[in-house]
This record gives sequence, C-alpha cells and structure tokens, in this order.
Amino acid sequence: MIKRELVIVGGGPAGMAAAIAAAESGVKDILLLERDQHLGGILNQCIHPGFGLHRFKAELTGPEYADRFIKLVRDSSGIEVSLRSFVVKLTGEKRLSYLKPGALEEIEAGAVILATGARERTREMIPIPGSRPAGIYPAGLAQKMINMEGWIPGREAVIIGSGDIGLIMARRMALEGMKVKAVIEIQKTSRGLVRNVVQCLEDFGIPLYLRHRVTGIHGAGRVEKVNVAEVDDEYRDKPGSGFEIKCDTVLISVGLIPENELLEMAGAEMDEKTNTPAAPEVNLTSIPGIFACGNACKIYDLADWVSRDSEKAGKMAAEYLKKVLSNQRRDL
Amino acid sequence: MSSHDVIIVGAGITGAAIARELSGFKLKTLILEKEAEAAFGVSKSNSGIIHAGTQNDPGSLKARLCVEGNRLIHDELARDLGLNFIRCGQLIVVFDLKDLPELEKIQRDGETLGVEGLQIVDRLWLNAHEPGLGPEVQAALYVPSAGIISPYRFVYALIENAVKNGVELKTSHKVTAIRRLKDGKHRFEVTASGKIFKAGFLVNAAGLFADELSAMAGAPGFRITPRKGEEYLLDKKREHLVNHIIFPLPTADSKGILIIRTSDGNPMIGPTAHDTGNKNDLATTDEGLAETLKGARRMIPSISKSDIIAYFAGLRPVCGHDFLIRHEEKVPGLVNVAGIQSPGLTAAPAIARHVRGILEENGLELIPRKDFHKQREKPVHLFQIPLSKTRELIKKEPAYGDIVCRCELVSAQEIRDAVKRGARTLDGVKFRTRAQAGRCHGGFCTTRIIKLMQEELGLGPKEITKRGPGTELISDERK
Repeated sequence: MIKRELVIVGGGPAGMAAAIAAAESGVKDILLLERDQHLGGILNQCIHPGFGLHRFKAELTGPEYADRFIKLVRDSSGIEVSLRSFVVKLTGEKRLSYLKPGALEEIEAGAVILATGARERTREMIPIPGSRPAGIYPAGLAQKMINMEGWIPGREAVIIGSGDIGLIMARRMALEGMKVKAVIEIQKTSRGLVRNVVQCLEDFGIPLYLRHRVTGIHGAGRVEKVNVAEVDDEYRDKPGSGFEIKCDTVLISVGLIPENELLEMAGAEMDEKTNTPAAPEVNLTSIPGIFACGNACKIYDLADWVSRDSEKAGKMAAEYLKKVLSNQRRDL
Repeated sequence: MSSHDVIIVGAGITGAAIARELSGFKLKTLILEKEAEAAFGVSKSNSGIIHAGTQNDPGSLKARLCVEGNRLIHDELARDLGLNFIRCGQLIVVFDLKDLPELEKIQRDGETLGVEGLQIVDRLWLNAHEPGLGPEVQAALYVPSAGIISPYRFVYALIENAVKNGVELKTSHKVTAIRRLKDGKHRFEVTASGKIFKAGFLVNAAGLFADELSAMAGAPGFRITPRKGEEYLLDKKREHLVNHIIFPLPTADSKGILIIRTSDGNPMIGPTAHDTGNKNDLATTDEGLAETLKGARRMIPSISKSDIIAYFAGLRPVCGHDFLIRHEEKVPGLVNVAGIQSPGLTAAPAIARHVRGILEENGLELIPRKDFHKQREKPVHLFQIPLSKTRELIKKEPAYGDIVCRCELVSAQEIRDAVKRGARTLDGVKFRTRAQAGRCHGGFCTTRIIKLMQEELGLGPKEITKRGPGTELISDERK
C-alpha cells in the first residue's frame, strides 16, 4: 500500500481549488484523482459565459474558467494529477482503492478531500408517470451531447423544471435551431438565477409556465407529447386545467443531488434529506481528516463560490495534516 | 429463400429456451424476433423470480413445469450458462391468523408437487430471519427453493449458447405472413421483413402476439389478453431491505404486490395486475404507484417513495389460467406455446423439453449432436466480483480498469463485450451490463456508451437507438 499525504477525489472546480490551496499551505504530496480524461469536470460542457465575475473580475466561459485553474494546478509544486482514475472504495481509515486503465491502485492517505460533485435528479425521482420513450434527457446530459459531442438531441423540446441548467439549455437548444416549446415549473417562481430567466427565456420568447406540472410523458418510440396541468397551493392538479404539448424531446432540470456514495461507504454521518455530510461547518465531515467540498458538500449556484469555499477545504486539510504530524512528533 | 427444420417465432425466454434445447440436436433452427434484440418483449419486464412451484393449481401444466424448471435451473443451467441464480427463498405472509388454513393448503399442494422444505413459520421465526416485516404480519409459509435471477441475462445466455450451437437468430424480423405449403419437407413459408423463410415445423413463442401469429398460420382459437404490471425499483442502498422474496396470499388473478430481491441488488416492489386492451400500453400511472407502495409497505413499512430510482410496466400474455402448449392438429407442424405468464421464466427450460417432446411425437427427427457445447463463457461483471479479482482481470485486459458507468461500476471492456455478444441498442447494453441502470440513469455515461457502440459497430451517432428503429437518440449533428 502506497502512502500519500493528501488525496483529492474529483478534478472539477472544487477539487482543483482545494489542491491549489493545499499546495500553497505547504502540503508537499498531493494526488488529484479525476475520472474523466481531462481536468475541469462539468465546467468543460458549460460553454456559456458568466463564470469568474467574482473570482477573476472577468466574464469567462466554463472552459476558460477551468483553464485558469488547470494552469494553476500545473504550476503548483507537489500536485500529481491522475486522469481516468475512478475511486471504488474509501474507508474511514482513509484507505482508497481506485481503478484506471491497466491498474488497480491502493493508497493510504493522510487526509482526503472529496470533491465529487453532484448528479442530476431524474424523471424517476419526481416521479412522472407515462411510457418510457427515447428522447428524455437530464438537462446536463443534453448539454454534454450538444456542447461536447455536437449531437442535437431532437427538434421540439419541453423542459421540466426551471433550474439554471434547464434555462441555459433552453437558450442553447434555441440557438441550435430547436424549437423550445415550454419550460414547466411547479413552484411560483423560477429556481434559477434571474439573469438566466431573462437572458435564456425572455430574450428568446420561450414560455415559462409557473405553477404547472407535467402529469405524463407519452410516446411509443420517441417522445410524442407531454400532458401538463396547473396546480394549486397544495400542488394538486386544478380540475380542467390540463393540456398537452407535442414534442420529441423532454429535458429534466429539477435539481442536483450531491454525489456522496464514497463518503457513505467510509461510514460518515449523512444528512439523508440532502445527501450531504452531517457536519457543523462547511467542508467538514463526521470523520476527522476526510473533507468534502463543492457540490458534494452543498449545492452551489455559482462556480465562483465553489472555488472560494473549496480553497478553504484545501487549507483545512493542510492544517489537519500539520496537527497530525506535530502530534506524532510529540508522541515520539 | 432459406430452408430450416424449425422456425421459432419470438426470442423471449420461451423462444430462447426452446432454441437452446433444440440446439443439442442435428437441426437447422431459426429464430425470428420482431424487436431489435432478444428479450425486448414480455421478458424484459419480468420480475426475475424463480418460483418453487407453489401458488399454482397442482393439476396444472404451470405447476408441473414450474417445479421442473426450478430444478433444471438450479441443477444444470445456472452452472452451464454462468447464470447468477440466487436461491434466497420466499415468504408468503398472512396478516391474520385466520388465513393460516390457506397457507397450509399452499403447503400441501406444493408438497404434492414435490416442492421441498416448505414450512409454516411464526412471528418469532420471522423476527429472527426477516426483521423488517411490519407489525401486521402474523405468520408465513417459508419456501426455500424459490430464488432470483436476471430475466434478460437468462434470455441472453440461452440465446448465446443456442447460437454457438448453430441456431440462427434474426432480430428486427417481424413476421407478416405465413403460408402453408405441401411440398413434403416444408410445411410453412414465413414472410418476415420482406424475406421468405421455409420450415417443416413452426413454434409460436410470440408472447403477446401469439394469438395473432397462430391465426396467421391458420389455427385461430385463442386470444391473448394483456395484463399490465407496474414495477418500481429501489436504490441499491436498500439492497438489504429483505432477505427473502416477500409475497402476500395470492388472489385469483395475481400473486399480489411483492417485495422482490433482484440478483443485481436493487430491491423491486410490484407488480400490479390490471387487464388492458392494448398490447402496447406500457405506461406507468400515479394509481399504480400508490397501489404498489401501499401493498409493499404493509409488508415492509420502511419502504419510502424516495427509495424509488426507476419504474416500468410490463404486460403478461394471459390466455386462460394455464399455459397453452400444444401441437395444432388442424395445422400439422405448428406448435403453439402461448399464455406463458408467471411462472413462465422459471418453467421455460421445462417448457422447452416439453415442446421438444411434442415436436418429436409429431415427426421431427432428433439426432443428438456430438459436438454440442452446453457451456457458455460467463460474462464479467465487476460489480459481482471482489477487487482482488478485478486486479487480475485488469492485468490481462487494461480496459477493465476504464470505468464508464460510475453508479453501477461497469467498465469499457464490459460494454465492448456486451456488443460482441449481441447488444445493438442502449437498452441492450443496459440489460446486459447494468450501465445506465443506476441512480443517475445514464446522465454521466450515455455519451461514452454511444461512442463505444459506434466504435464496435461502425455506426454513426444518429444510428444508435434506445431500443431499435424509431427510438433514435440524436436527430442531427452540429455542422
């Protein structure tokens, strides 16, 4: 078993910021594990501007924002990056196993920072009844298809939920020539940033149905239509309010869930409602020496705040390692 | 035109088991399947329960073939085909001790059929062996020989092995016409997707459409009524929700809402049972969810709506109370294998032997093949093996370390292997490997799987489908 001082899981904005801050705080041996073939995480598919206004006082796209951090990671001393590396096991004693093409590695870490991000809530979690045709995508997957692969998912779309990814994808699909017929939101107000409602829906004439829900998705092969109904204060369908919208594509944008399966595996206490670590302070977990930052710790609306808080996580891990080291010296 | 001894219509569990059975003999056998892949009809929404043989009328064909099928799967097929069959046992629970006589009747009937180990157990036993049961449960019948299996991987294993032994499978081949011939060797001329196939024997394993196929061949006389069942899959975090498969007392139409362990870990609740007039009605409903949750929670109260990560509906091909398996005297050479609803998955290997016998009685010459390979190389599933074994595999093939599906731990090598074994669609990859079957529903891995499929199959992205023509995923490529 190889020993490493600090292992960071996840090379998105959170993991990179944590690694850079830890290196600046004197940690000499940092291993940054990223499952994808490049650093940057979800930033790579966020080709719209709006990143870095706080962090760099400049308006950057997601990939540009990521590039600034990738450069800082490269320029920091003591950070080793391992790509296409997927952690399959974490114990409370900070032992990790990860797979990469050609190898299974096992490591004993002095400290661990989990920057594993979030996954999207799915249609199944709402849940929306109906059939299971092709053409239903989580909004982030549709974003990846269009921006990373150049694949247009359909021709006429309805977006369920008005989270920021859904709003940004409404504009993105409209720009690619798709007809975005509606955004359906069960709440009284949009869940996304006001600037996104204005710039992504209003500027493109895309209708936002507040206080409405999709009551069914239908289609034999591809999606053919969705049923929509207006809801009352208790989210019950108002009788007679139902109508249908024909479409071949449905995007689901109803929130994110922190990805904390590793933390759970390690035996940390979890807040079951939010799937975040149960801890008194941001970035902490119930296990000393295991930290969580970025969307794994709590869901953020701006990458800039992810970077800011994740830098703190890097410093916290550095302080923890110093304390452990000085305790060991004292014991000797 | 191509000539065959036997044409089997339908590559669900029934057709697959019959094909594999016949592949042990010197025959030219062809399977015609209308869907893009095997197991895409009734079989794909099967619960995966290998029944013991109880809860059937003891004089029925269902009961006899179920007991025999369970034995064949346990004693032979699981080993020969590398199936992950788990004999976890079953509990049929009662909420009122007044119902004990009904349990005793199921026990007696089962014992008559030769089901072993049946035992009525009390609440104390249940507290020790199934501690999550709700307070209403008073007693149960313990059925140790029941178990679980992956229904589609069972079908794929049978098909793969049949194909290895010379059976020909043609998917996306929908039978549109059957003409009867009088040229001695060939009694049927079958048109499927514009092509003509001739055969001496025709085995109808067309599931929901068996009535239409039989009529097409000139033997009307039965009708299939689809009975819909909605099922709800729970998160793998609830893997240890139950130790057994939990049943209530059966009703006339169904075995009730069950708590089903699955061989992949995720528990499942359901199925509902409602007749529908539509053979394509696969929609889930708010009512079905409410009914399923209510039934399941009465037995295991800790199940919550937020545990649900997926749901689907399936259709049972109902044709009276028993299986309908017979040679049609009016259409010599036609064997109907219809109404194969529960316990069809369990009974399939026994149905196959039974059908083999019917074919032989009616003149099909069966000469055993000396070069019959009864074993099939088991596919690798990283989620089923310890890390130490994964390490050895990666040494031999680095792509086992290249993880594609993070929720279910599926590597690029497993995806490639699935395509090599016959997967042609995203659903086919999912059923074979579990990639996209986890809590993110393919949000992270779908694009990577599409690219791997493109590499293996030499297709463009617009040609990759969810489950066959009409279910394309990508409408255009950016210029």
